[in-house]
Amino acid sequence: MPQTFLTVSYLLASVFFILSLGGLSTQESARRGNIYGVAGILVAVIATAMGQGVSNYALLGTVIAIGAAIGAVLAARVAMTTMPELVAMLHSFVGLAAVLVGLANFMQAPHGAGLEHDAMTGAMVVIHDIEIFIGVFIGAITFSGSIIAFGKLRGSISGNSLLLPARHWLNLGMVLAALYFGILFTQSASSGTDPFFAGLAAGLGPLLLMTGLALLIGIHMVMAIGGADMPVVVSMLNSYSGWAAAAAGFMLSNNLLIVTGALVGSSGAILSVIMCRAMNRSFISVILGGFGSSTTKPSASSATQTPAGEVVSIDAVEVARMLKDTKSVVIVPGYGMAVAQAQHPIHQITEILRKTGIQVRFAIHPVAGRLPGHMNVLLAEANVPYDIVEEMDEINGDFPETGVVLVVGANDVVNPAAQTDKSSPIYGMPVLEVWKAKNCIVLKRGMASGYAGVDNPLFYAENSRMLFGDAKKSIDSVLAALKTD
Amino acid sequence: MHETTPGALNSPTKKTQNELRLVIPKESFPGERRVALTPTQVEKFKNLGFTVEIQSQAGAAAGFDDQEYMAAGSGISSDVKKLLGDADVVLKVRAPSADEISMIREGSFVVSLVSPGQNPELLKQLASKKLSSLSLDSIPRTTRAQKMDVLSSMANLAGYRAVIEAAAAFSRPFTGQITAAGKMPPAKIMVIGAGVAGLAAIGAGRALGAIVRAFDTRPEVKDQITSMGAEFLELEFNEDGTGEGGYAKVMSPEFIKAEMDLFAKQSKDVDIIITTALIPGVKAPVLITGEMVKSMRRGSVIVDLAAEQGGNCELTRPGEIAVVHGVSIVGFTDLPSRMASQASQLLGNNLYNLLESMCPAGIDKGPRKFHIDLEDDIIRPALVTHAGDITWPPPKKPAAAPVTNAATSAKSSVSTINATEKVRHSKSKHGHHGGAAAQPVAGAKMTLYWIIAASALGALGLVAPPEFLSHLTVFLLACVIGWQIVWNVSPALHTPLMSVTNAISGIIVIGSMLQVSGPLGDLSTWLAAIAVLLATINIAGGFLVTQRMLKMFRK
Repeated sequence: MPQTFLTVSYLLASVFFILSLGGLSTQESARRGNIYGVAGILVAVIATAMGQGVSNYALLGTVIAIGAAIGAVLAARVAMTTMPELVAMLHSFVGLAAVLVGLANFMQAPHGAGLEHDAMTGAMVVIHDIEIFIGVFIGAITFSGSIIAFGKLRGSISGNSLLLPARHWLNLGMVLAALYFGILFTQSASSGTDPFFAGLAAGLGPLLLMTGLALLIGIHMVMAIGGADMPVVVSMLNSYSGWAAAAAGFMLSNNLLIVTGALVGSSGAILSVIMCRAMNRSFISVILGGFGSSTTKPSASSATQTPAGEVVSIDAVEVARMLKDTKSVVIVPGYGMAVAQAQHPIHQITEILRKTGIQVRFAIHPVAGRLPGHMNVLLAEANVPYDIVEEMDEINGDFPETGVVLVVGANDVVNPAAQTDKSSPIYGMPVLEVWKAKNCIVLKRGMASGYAGVDNPLFYAENSRMLFGDAKKSIDSVLAALKTD
Repeated sequence: MHETTPGALNSPTKKTQNELRLVIPKESFPGERRVALTPTQVEKFKNLGFTVEIQSQAGAAAGFDDQEYMAAGSGISSDVKKLLGDADVVLKVRAPSADEISMIREGSFVVSLVSPGQNPELLKQLASKKLSSLSLDSIPRTTRAQKMDVLSSMANLAGYRAVIEAAAAFSRPFTGQITAAGKMPPAKIMVIGAGVAGLAAIGAGRALGAIVRAFDTRPEVKDQITSMGAEFLELEFNEDGTGEGGYAKVMSPEFIKAEMDLFAKQSKDVDIIITTALIPGVKAPVLITGEMVKSMRRGSVIVDLAAEQGGNCELTRPGEIAVVHGVSIVGFTDLPSRMASQASQLLGNNLYNLLESMCPAGIDKGPRKFHIDLEDDIIRPALVTHAGDITWPPPKKPAAAPVTNAATSAKSSVSTINATEKVRHSKSKHGHHGGAAAQPVAGAKMTLYWIIAASALGALGLVAPPEFLSHLTVFLLACVIGWQIVWNVSPALHTPLMSVTNAISGIIVIGSMLQVSGPLGDLSTWLAAIAVLLATINIAGGFLVTQRMLKMFRK
């Protein structure tokens, strides 16, 4: 099999991947996009397997079979509410794989006499070493960061942000130390002896130490980020996993890896940008973490100026009556809906209302939930047609003509203080303008404030009613009330 | 302190709050039906600690008789001279006449619509009597002052009434209909100026079934216009007419020309024109020329809400309906007064809110105490005479008082426009158009970034081997492609996007596949094998879960 055939196959695979991401632009073409992605992978893997340098098919076949089986089981079993966890876990795999590929490549390269390595000259060796270093570094951060994100999303690690004293300096120190090891690594890799561990191949010691540090950086970074910033973290890790793959591509002189890594990397970066814009915060401030707990000062000041007005509660029967007596309803789901698994009864309510000719739509804030687009998937799972699910910008203008808005487990994304209160930590964040609707019903457990730790004047507004209790139970009783009469 | 209590100012004995007499004389201006206070507010003022006394029959024209005032706790007096002579606070709608001024006790506080820009003589008279006079039409348009904004309350009513007057003078119904007897086309209304009055007119016109178009020099009101159901008439001209305090300002001659062309064109098409173009303190601009009136269809109607300040239409005769070229030009200057009951109600509430803000609770929530706070950012700008001096225009904000006497002669009027123009230009340079000013800065920043990136690449080109550079090329191009296509992804599909990218980043498998075939004794072979395993989980898991998700999306 000539080398050129491999090149052409990789080119084809790259095109497939680009088409795959392009296909996701609309719901209609999305499934085709996924098929393109599968085709790309198949072309690449088969061409590689048939190419030079791959001979141990038994081992290869075995691990691929095991991996595919595990993947299939995971994909089939995962509940849609736990998608964020799955995504985080898959990120960690890419990260770990990048680390392993980097290490293996380093161990092989000096002795293993790969094709291109023989011809490597001074500058190329250094660049190659830097590539390995970067690949392993990013891979390790992705791996440990994703593991922590996974734990946080699952709830096995507290969702609160862990704020060590002088954590920024700690991060900086670790990055500088990792850099130092990197320099040591490139210098010693060609020297013949390892500066730390005499028994190891030259340079492996600094590389391993750096890997350890990178793991720590990843852990520390994600630990400092609070629960509702998770969409940003997950998309950032998505981006990192891409860059790790691209770095591996540089290391292995493999254009397909570079292209794919760049595609995935930019995709994650864009998602991070979208999420940050939706919170009106800079990427840096999200990554540095600490939001929501460092707001003790603003929340103290806002406590002194509790919003005017009274909280008026309402019961499920009354909610049902209000829903029936209006022409248009907008439902705003938030993370609370996902936690309570209330999407199915909400869909039933939607169907009942739609049958009586009431217009029902859903309004999704970009950062609702714990994963970009998470709410859309949950609603799709509950069979809600996607054409009544609207983005924030599409629906914000319609609120003044809306009869009833039902806010299910969302808080900060419907807070009018983001537009009116300059002292509020969320001031300037784009929000769903639900308070402009004629009536607004908020489903909530209690009067606790949202992630940002700020009071929500919406609850005190004249046209707002509160339905207290667990979202699922509340929705179920509204549904029951709707069915009875 | 700059605080003075009327009465205490000039008289040796200091009065307590509940001896402060708040009096409401009957409006003496011909045809004025409104009254500054309705029975509803009497009690509220008494709660503030005032003694309220009203001239007999003061509310009669607005539909409130003396009995109602008395029942609410007000005193009634039929002797104006005594009433005004004993007054501490006088509330009026129209500015007091020379006669009334002579009767008001020296040093009293007088609230009314003064229009200080047009009435320099009146200011002198008020000052000579040492009256502290507050002009309702000079209250700044701030959020805090909204509830005291008489102009807005009255403009709202005037806008509505303008449509009603137009409907009465117009010979057709506003709604289009197709009947057995033939077709009735809907009336077309053009509203010029989308302030409070303009928007109210749009709303009323739409409610009657007319087609409404509206024009305003301030582009940001476009949304308000369209949200009221009217079409926004746009000029192909880039100039922002937003002036101080949310009012419009004087525009450049080129703009005015373009604007006039638009009106000339519209005049031939519409049935009703309602003009509300007013710039505070200036003679109303002429927007509808005699020529345009002539070009309108016979039976058309123009309602000129600026009639009192000279009119937006050349042919307007203030106070009456002029019929010229078959077009009725309604120049009533008393539109709110034609709905005197409601107008008085709103006016009374505005006045109450104003005076309430002037009576803060004393220390330790003691009794409220009325005083004129010269530092107050609502009271000071509206206070036109005080302690014998004319205190208008207010200091500090020279821009707020454009062109006082200029409007009288045409020549100076031109120079006025030029002066305002200059102000505007210098303003726009200094961040008035914040966005425009910020853009060059951002642009410069971008350029800087590009220069840095280019130099970094150049430096790399000097040292890096060609093989690396070819990889870099592929990498950067792929980043650009990725950036472009991912922005197109529907936000609803962001979760599937993440799982697909998860799957395809499993492509790292081909890196480890090459290493798996090393010697089985090597650690690297096994590391590679684990990498293949993980990457395969990603590929299989990612694609399958994406497929599962995408199947759920249905229309």
